[in-house]
Amino acid sequence: MFSYLIRRLLYTPLIIFGVMLLTFVLFSVLQKPETMARTVLGKRATPKTVQDWLHTRGYDKPTFLATGPKKPGQAGEGMFDTIFFNEMRKLATFNLGVSDVTGRELKEVFQQGAIPSLLLTLPAYVAGFLMAVGFALFLVFVRKSALDTAGVFACVGLMSVPPMVYIIFGQAVIALSFNYFPAFGYEMRSWSSIRFLLLPVALMIVINLGSEVRLYRAVFLEEIGQDYVRTAQAKGVSSVRLLLVHVLKNGMIALITYVVAQLPLLILGSLLVENFFGIPGLGNLLTSAIQTNDFAVIRATTFLTAILYIIGLTITDILYAVADPRIRLS
Amino acid sequence: MDASLWFQNRLIGAADSLFRRVVESLWFQDVLILAAVGFIVWLVVHGSRSERWRQAWVRLRRDRSGVAAGVVIGLYLGIGVLEMIQIPRDQFGSISILGWLTRGVAQETSYSAPWASTSLSITRVEKLRGWHLLGTDALGKDTFVQTLRACRTALLIGGITSAIYVPLGTLFGIFAGYFRGWIDDAIQYFYTVIYSIPEILLLISLLLVLGKSVTNMSIALAITAWVSLCRLIRGETMRQAERPYVAAARALGQSHWKIITQHLLPNVMHLVLISFVLGFSHLVLAEAILSYLGVGSPIGTPSWGSMIDGARGEFSRDPLVWWNLTSATAALFGLVLSLNIFGDSLRRAFDPKRG
Repeated sequence: MFSYLIRRLLYTPLIIFGVMLLTFVLFSVLQKPETMARTVLGKRATPKTVQDWLHTRGYDKPTFLATGPKKPGQAGEGMFDTIFFNEMRKLATFNLGVSDVTGRELKEVFQQGAIPSLLLTLPAYVAGFLMAVGFALFLVFVRKSALDTAGVFACVGLMSVPPMVYIIFGQAVIALSFNYFPAFGYEMRSWSSIRFLLLPVALMIVINLGSEVRLYRAVFLEEIGQDYVRTAQAKGVSSVRLLLVHVLKNGMIALITYVVAQLPLLILGSLLVENFFGIPGLGNLLTSAIQTNDFAVIRATTFLTAILYIIGLTITDILYAVADPRIRLS
Repeated sequence: MDASLWFQNRLIGAADSLFRRVVESLWFQDVLILAAVGFIVWLVVHGSRSERWRQAWVRLRRDRSGVAAGVVIGLYLGIGVLEMIQIPRDQFGSISILGWLTRGVAQETSYSAPWASTSLSITRVEKLRGWHLLGTDALGKDTFVQTLRACRTALLIGGITSAIYVPLGTLFGIFAGYFRGWIDDAIQYFYTVIYSIPEILLLISLLLVLGKSVTNMSIALAITAWVSLCRLIRGETMRQAERPYVAAARALGQSHWKIITQHLLPNVMHLVLISFVLGFSHLVLAEAILSYLGVGSPIGTPSWGSMIDGARGEFSRDPLVWWNLTSATAALFGLVLSLNIFGDSLRRAFDPKRG
């Protein structure tokens, strides 16, 4: 276990380095810093203000490696005094910097955005998981019957509708006809403002429900075929107790892999749903950053996502080893 | 100018223009489609010799839902092929077979409801020139014909993406699982990096860099799609490589290449086929989502995603324009659903104990 953790710890910076390199390559091809400066500063930008803007952000340096001869007046000393390595150094100390477009401190922006995102994704995640496990157990209970086949068919049907159709339907039909759920917007002042979140949360659950039920059903069916189930049956354990105690408990170990890895990523919210309902979370922040080419925001988001993803993977592995002593981490 | 910066820009520029020239040429698409068809033919010919595939085929034929889904997929393929094949019309250009078949459908000027006789307009109600089963869209094009024509886009994207990512994912997966060691580490490193970036962000930025086109969307989707296939094949190869038959082959002095192509590949090929079919449905959905986000199909290409995208504005109209959204969603739903069901039947056919 210990050596595993050490290895993961050494592996993480390498992964982050690769992720950031890829992000930098993509976005440096996409937009030159000069273009970004001109869009941000607007029409009245003079060469002097553009140069100042670039200089304060350190964007007047070479992108990856400073190997060539220095031009007169150019900033930077060593070979690694470049945009990429300077930003990497900042990110390594969790100095996220300021947004390129709005100039706001990104640490604050992320702290503000995380709350709406979590308010949306956490209830959707927990309720969705419980519902999916419940449905899956029910389908396993009635396995090999017409009801099971119909249930699986319904799951596949739910999966086959593109997510935005659910959102359009929710906004246009449910929000407009019931006149209770706002079709757009977000506020968090009192308990009654929870209605701003009810519809997005419900839609998020429906979007993911089909694939989750199908997956969990397969996991539980796998468990049903095991020897310990037959032993329990021979002992006279009732089929309900068998399912709710024996199979559920053992199936959960297998479910950890699918479920826990996503947990840290919940903080990032949901891109589509947040964008549609105007929820000012991190998903929305990322969408607008892509639209306005706010490289600082994209950089910081990819960095945080990669870290959260690796944390999720590590927790999954550790929990797996704790839950199932047969598994050794090496 | 900084010499290294100049060099970097030159290099990126040269790679970029070469890439664009290759990708945007028509033969590139044709080569990929031919490769995909050739691959499937090879798979079937190769598979028919193996006992496992023959038994799976027998089981698949008995599976009623699988056969029904297969027929529906065939129907979509047929419509897609009709739209893909171009026949010369006059000296000015060519027309697809589907376009030729539907040449009698009249072009209107604006929205019109299904079965309506007048156009849907508050200011100037016009008498329609023809009859439209599912109404017309904002430009007055028949919705039903547009929906049929969009089959081609969905199938092209699914096909080209699969033609790129399936061989890559399979090969990398087998290499990682068979050779282990540093090859495994390197391949794992690559896919962990790609997996650590939010998928939608990677797709959008790749598409913004490459530009809007069907081939570019396929390339971007392939870059993210190979990961899950590679992981699956890597795991299965590791399991197979521990089996005695691989040790026996090695003891007999067979080369690595022979072991991979003659022993390991046939034993993981059914997994490749199943994930190809199930992955295809994900790709069709992804095309719709990307077109919806505005980075997908270029304007003018009929696509279910862009039709659903148009519904955003249409739903706030009064009277409600619902037919574009409904027909695009129904067509998409039909294809994705039958692909999923067919994939499940394939899995049951190859692995009857677990299905």
